Amino acid sequence: MERKEWPLWEVFIRSRNGLDHKHCGSVHAPDARLALQVARDVYTRRQEGVSIWVVEARHIVASDPDAKPELFDPAEDKIYRHPTFYRLPEEVDHM
Amino acid sequence: MTATPEHLEYLLRLGDNALILGQRLSEWCGHAPVLEEDLALANMALDLIGQARLLLSHAGRLEGRGRDEDALAFLRTEQHFRNLTLCELPNVDFARTVVRNFLFSAFQVALWERLAASADPELAAIAGKSLKEARYHVRHAGDWVIRLGDGSAESHARAQAALDYLWPYTAELFAATPADAAVAAAAIGPAWSELEAPWAAAVVPVLNEATLAVPARTAFRSYGKFGRHSEHLGHLLGEMQYLQRTYPGARW
Repeated sequence: MERKEWPLWEVFIRSRNGLDHKHCGSVHAPDARLALQVARDVYTRRQEGVSIWVVEARHIVASDPDAKPELFDPAEDKIYRHPTFYRLPEEVDHM
Repeated sequence: MTATPEHLEYLLRLGDNALILGQRLSEWCGHAPVLEEDLALANMALDLIGQARLLLSHAGRLEGRGRDEDALAFLRTEQHFRNLTLCELPNVDFARTVVRNFLFSAFQVALWERLAASADPELAAIAGKSLKEARYHVRHAGDWVIRLGDGSAESHARAQAALDYLWPYTAELFAATPADAAVAAAAIGPAWSELEAPWAAAVVPVLNEATLAVPARTAFRSYGKFGRHSEHLGHLLGEMQYLQRTYPGARW
């Protein structure tokens, strides 16, 4: 029997108190509408969220894990990029 | 609040529908075609069993004979159950399961909308909570009906066969009963015969979109809500009630 798999969707949930949608997992679904429904059933059964985004996984462009050394390692010794070397005026403290 | 026998019968019918269909849906747990649907069906089974618990507890309290939700669910025999025959029919396949869920949850939506204004305040509160659940169920099942009906030749054939099989059992939903007349007169809830028009208005457009042919009404009638059930309910109860019957009062 021919077996066609449904596409994979990545699921992002915003919690009740959260400002941003956080990646929480993935589901298989035939289309966007059903992807939202199954994401609701799989990932929000215990009041985890109040908003769901789904994105078909193939639309996500990911960085190449093998390129990690050139992409991320050079930031390691650039501590001056953290804004900890400036004295901030009182009014803008806790920035 | 003291309850008339008709009021109690009406509550039992509501509770038994939810209990028996919830038990049927729970049979899919671990067996659904995909993990995502497995969870969805189990969620809906739990929604229905939650409704049943509230309704049967309420009925037991109004009855005043010391029967709680467990006594009503596990210690009544077949002919005392007041659920629609539609709810007790076997699942058979995914198509029949979602077509039944669609037909029944569309009915529940129409019913809960009316019961939210019930003169029985506890019932009105249960209706308010259950309406949200039923609206999700009808959306979930309706989406599947469209996908199966308007899908492959195989899925269309199965969805049409499911609809042809189940449709005659929907006549029972709207059959007049003496209890309905009394309950409607007391403003506790609508006579179910009043719900056929809103139900059809919700159901038929989806079936059309699903390219499914709506069967004609026939003379066939089922009588589950009058306590005359199909041969399937006894088997369902045998499994559901086994533990309480074998080990009376068992708790964990």
